[in-house]
Amino acid sequence: MVVLSVRGLTKRFGEVVANDHIDLDVEEGEIHGLLGENGAGKSVLSSCIYGLYRPDEGRIFLRGHEVHIASPFDAIRLGIGMVHQHLTLVPHLRVWENIVLGREPRRGLRVDRVRAFAEVERLLEETGFRLDLAKNAGELPIGVQQRVEILKVLFRGAEILILDEPTAVLTPQEVDQLIETLHRLKAQGKTIIFISHKLREIFALCDRVTVLRRGKKVGTLPVSSATPQMLAEMMVGRKVFFEFPRERLAKEEVLFELSHVFTDPPGVPLQDVSLKVHAGEILGIAGVEGNGQSELAEVVVGLRKPKKGKVIFRGRDVTAIPPKGRILQGMAHIPEDRHRRGVILDFSVKENLLLGFETEPPFRKGRMTLDFARIRDFARQKIQEFSIVTPSEDTPLRFLSGGNQQKVVVARELAFHPLFVLACQPTRGLDVAATEYLRHILLGVKREGKGVLLISADLDEVRALSDRVLVMYEGRIAGELSPESDEYQFGLLMGGKALHEA
Amino acid sequence: MRLRLTVPVELFAIGLAFLLGMLVLFLTGYPPFSALWALFRGAFGTRNAIGQTLTQATPILFTSLAFLLAFRSGIFNIGIEGQFLIGAFTAALFGISFRGLPFPLHAILALFSGGFGGAVYALFPALLKVYLGAHEVITTMMLSYVALYLTSYFVNYPLKAPGWVAQTEPVAPSARLPRILPPTQLSLAFPIALGLAFLVLWFLERTVPGFSIRAVGANPEASENRGISVRKYQILAFVLSGFIAGVGGGGEILGVHGRFVDGFSPGYGWDGIAVSLVGRLHPLGCIFASLLFGMLRAGGMTMTRVTKVPLDLSLIIQALVILLVAAPVLIEQLLTRRRKPRRSEV
Amino acid sequence: MSLSQIINLSLFQAQLRMATPILFAALGGLLCERVGVVNIGLEGIMLTSAFFGVLVTYFTSSPLLGFLGGLASGFLWGLVIAVLTVRFFGNQIVVGTGVNVFGLGLSAFLSQKIWGSRGASEAVSGFAPLRSDLLARLPYLGPVLNEHTFLVYLAIALVFVLHFFLFATPWGLRLRAVGENPQAADTAGINVFRYKTLGVVAGSLVASLGGVFLSLGHLNFFAWGMTSGRGFIGLAAMIFGKWTPLGCLLSSLLFGFADALQMRLQALGVLPSQIILLIPYLVTILVLSGFVGRAVPPARYEPYRKE
Repeated sequence: MVVLSVRGLTKRFGEVVANDHIDLDVEEGEIHGLLGENGAGKSVLSSCIYGLYRPDEGRIFLRGHEVHIASPFDAIRLGIGMVHQHLTLVPHLRVWENIVLGREPRRGLRVDRVRAFAEVERLLEETGFRLDLAKNAGELPIGVQQRVEILKVLFRGAEILILDEPTAVLTPQEVDQLIETLHRLKAQGKTIIFISHKLREIFALCDRVTVLRRGKKVGTLPVSSATPQMLAEMMVGRKVFFEFPRERLAKEEVLFELSHVFTDPPGVPLQDVSLKVHAGEILGIAGVEGNGQSELAEVVVGLRKPKKGKVIFRGRDVTAIPPKGRILQGMAHIPEDRHRRGVILDFSVKENLLLGFETEPPFRKGRMTLDFARIRDFARQKIQEFSIVTPSEDTPLRFLSGGNQQKVVVARELAFHPLFVLACQPTRGLDVAATEYLRHILLGVKREGKGVLLISADLDEVRALSDRVLVMYEGRIAGELSPESDEYQFGLLMGGKALHEA
Repeated sequence: MRLRLTVPVELFAIGLAFLLGMLVLFLTGYPPFSALWALFRGAFGTRNAIGQTLTQATPILFTSLAFLLAFRSGIFNIGIEGQFLIGAFTAALFGISFRGLPFPLHAILALFSGGFGGAVYALFPALLKVYLGAHEVITTMMLSYVALYLTSYFVNYPLKAPGWVAQTEPVAPSARLPRILPPTQLSLAFPIALGLAFLVLWFLERTVPGFSIRAVGANPEASENRGISVRKYQILAFVLSGFIAGVGGGGEILGVHGRFVDGFSPGYGWDGIAVSLVGRLHPLGCIFASLLFGMLRAGGMTMTRVTKVPLDLSLIIQALVILLVAAPVLIEQLLTRRRKPRRSEV
Repeated sequence: MSLSQIINLSLFQAQLRMATPILFAALGGLLCERVGVVNIGLEGIMLTSAFFGVLVTYFTSSPLLGFLGGLASGFLWGLVIAVLTVRFFGNQIVVGTGVNVFGLGLSAFLSQKIWGSRGASEAVSGFAPLRSDLLARLPYLGPVLNEHTFLVYLAIALVFVLHFFLFATPWGLRLRAVGENPQAADTAGINVFRYKTLGVVAGSLVASLGGVFLSLGHLNFFAWGMTSGRGFIGLAAMIFGKWTPLGCLLSSLLFGFADALQMRLQALGVLPSQIILLIPYLVTILVLSGFVGRAVPPARYEPYRKE
């Protein structure tokens, strides 16, 4: 029986049509996958169903009756719950407070803590989770936070659960646990909509799958009659190649090295981190986010001073040298979260390309003036070289797509032939075309005999691109693996277990 | 923040503020149209009126540029009134002492000393903010009160000139900025202010430190990543801001009053904040907006004289402008009467 | 002149009195900040309510009505600020500055119109101090706490009421969630805009109590600019008090002491008044700097847009 139905759903953001007349039928008690690349419209569709957005056109039906969902409040009342990609817990509230938020059991004017605990504990039994309810939500590891989110949804009596890219922040083992949980919920009669861009998970979990591409629905089919190649082509619209050629080009020369680095809080403290990046090599760092990768990047770039240990570039100790100095010596950095750390959205393409270089000739002429002719020429040259799609070099960066914004970052970082590139989550939030482009760039850097340190939470990406892989866990290097190693072994290290444990 | 082509939002806000001001007059039993007419006459009616308007606009232009510069780096320097006062005081001291110096040199140095006074006074909260995280809105606000009382003390006790009025001795004639439109009080300070506006524009758009300041204000994290020190440039902007405010104070003393008088500033610092915002944080916008506010002040005096409407009406209009400009979305919606499916975003 | 002339019973009584408006401002600021709105306009709110308190009392001869008048102005200001910052995404600091200037302008304007002087109004009847025999018999603390106007006791009671509200009731929980992570609250089905508005209006209302205290409880007339920065000092007290009601109480007492000391020294003519007047402001700066950036605000101060 069809429990949720969508007809002709359309949502526009200005010029962009994020959802284009989408029809969807979800059967009761199934796990229905929603597949598409970044920007295909999966999150927008689910947000419309959950009441976070109001569709411009279209109708939604629940068990045959038309419903109007104007806000999450309505959705919750109708039995729809959503677990988001970016976790929505309130860090300084306790776990139990986060779960009951908005439906707090009351005794007089107060929140009835005793009853709250009782009800939550009942849910814990049903789902088989184990949680410390009194802890502050912000202190939990991300995999556990996600379980709190699921409980939140169940506490409100959700019969239909929507999960938006839930595995982005999990280790392979935690993904297995999640799959088990979802099967258990399905057995209880719940309906699940599972949003992902990872084919493997769709195959592991879903009964049927709907593929979206550029806001339109491409098709719905049972997973049992689909192949990865078929789904990938539906997602992208053309043939997709999964493999990159693996070339061994590494030389003896060590371009970049961290030697026994320790750091202090704030952030995850690094413990005795050592690594070497050779010329002509891509060294990958895998691991679930939040295990010290950001702090590691800060040490490499020069934004964080190690308590102990050294940062060595081309044989020279640069530990005391600030970011600017390192940039000038030939170190480049593609930051994670480009909107916050990589670009200035209000600045133009031209100004973003200049960022960091403004104190140096030829962009600086005289003691402190800028040479705008040079800056303009440089910008135009880079726009052409990297095929950046923009009306002009004076367009503010916020009007460019994510992929083009990242191209600006890359163009800037590679502009003066750096010898070493640190790339953090470089393809996050990019569509397939931009992702492929970026990966080719990184491989190109490697082919030129330079060194790349790639930090990525996307295990597939790390394994596809790297020559060697280190795994980080709780601020330490947990171990080194070959990219061809079994995913299960990666999972062990990412989860903090040693390789011989099973 | 850039000077987009949708200037109408600010103009509409100003127009609406005037209308509301007139409504206030009407509701409190004052004649709205005569008051408005007196205001305009007092601002533009005669050559002297224009001179008065420009004279009043001058210190406001200085303070608005000061606020703008700090704001561009992400700093809310609410205390420009304090830096203005300290600059005025320092310039007065310099002008009273050093009598041996000849004309242009004495005046120039006195003006600069005012700037340095303001800069030093701004350095203090700048360091507190950058190194100790002390919120600059509160510290500069407190320092404004400190400046007010401190200068008042000096001018009432140790440095008081003989006589009834709480003021210092006059500065040396060699330190005065010449009047350029007698018999009005308009002095060289006005063209200096204009020049400073263009200097600030050039600085922000065309120089390396100006670019860095803008970058830091627009996105401090990205700037740090690219090696641009947020601390360094925020302190620089803060101190330059104090310098400009101090020069403004010096200009008032050396150009208009000739001595430091207790309470000479009717709140030019506050005007500066409003003007900066109305001018969209762009130096050219500041020029236009400061002329408007100068008009309010100059015309206001005539309005009070002729119609007995309290001078504070101009403060009310100013406040309305600030409130209306604070939420451009409000004006946009009023203008286009859009009440429809914006609700998905609200 | 002996120390006992400065440090004595009446100094501590004055401390409690002078702490009251700061405490109201701090608590008001707290409610706003907990929903993610920095209310720079507390100064203007207090000044306006001080004015309207006197104005209504002048025309009705009833301080109680004056009290309500002052509250009404606080409520109205709360609505204006909420609409501008929450509904229309206005810049919070700009709006606050506008409120302050408006308060200064309107109060002087109307004061001139009604009493012919922008400096001060005529005297009106204020609130009578309350006396309790029970307190009078309590050693040490008793005399300090006794014989204050009801607003002082209201302020102290409010500390505990707000503590209960924020940390034990569902609405307090939601309020805190809305400020700290509006996205989370939204997806939990909570109306973020409603709670933000509620917080701002309630905060402005509480702050306006401080203004009414200054003009009707402490003195019995209105003087131009009589708030003298207390709205800002209240914010400092809130930060120093780590955004909790109890913290606000303690830090307000500190600032109240500085204020009381300043008035005592002025009355004794120890130093020129301008120097003494500096004391509270310098104390505030010291407090903010000594507090070394460990101050982590509990909320995000951006307008909430669903995107």
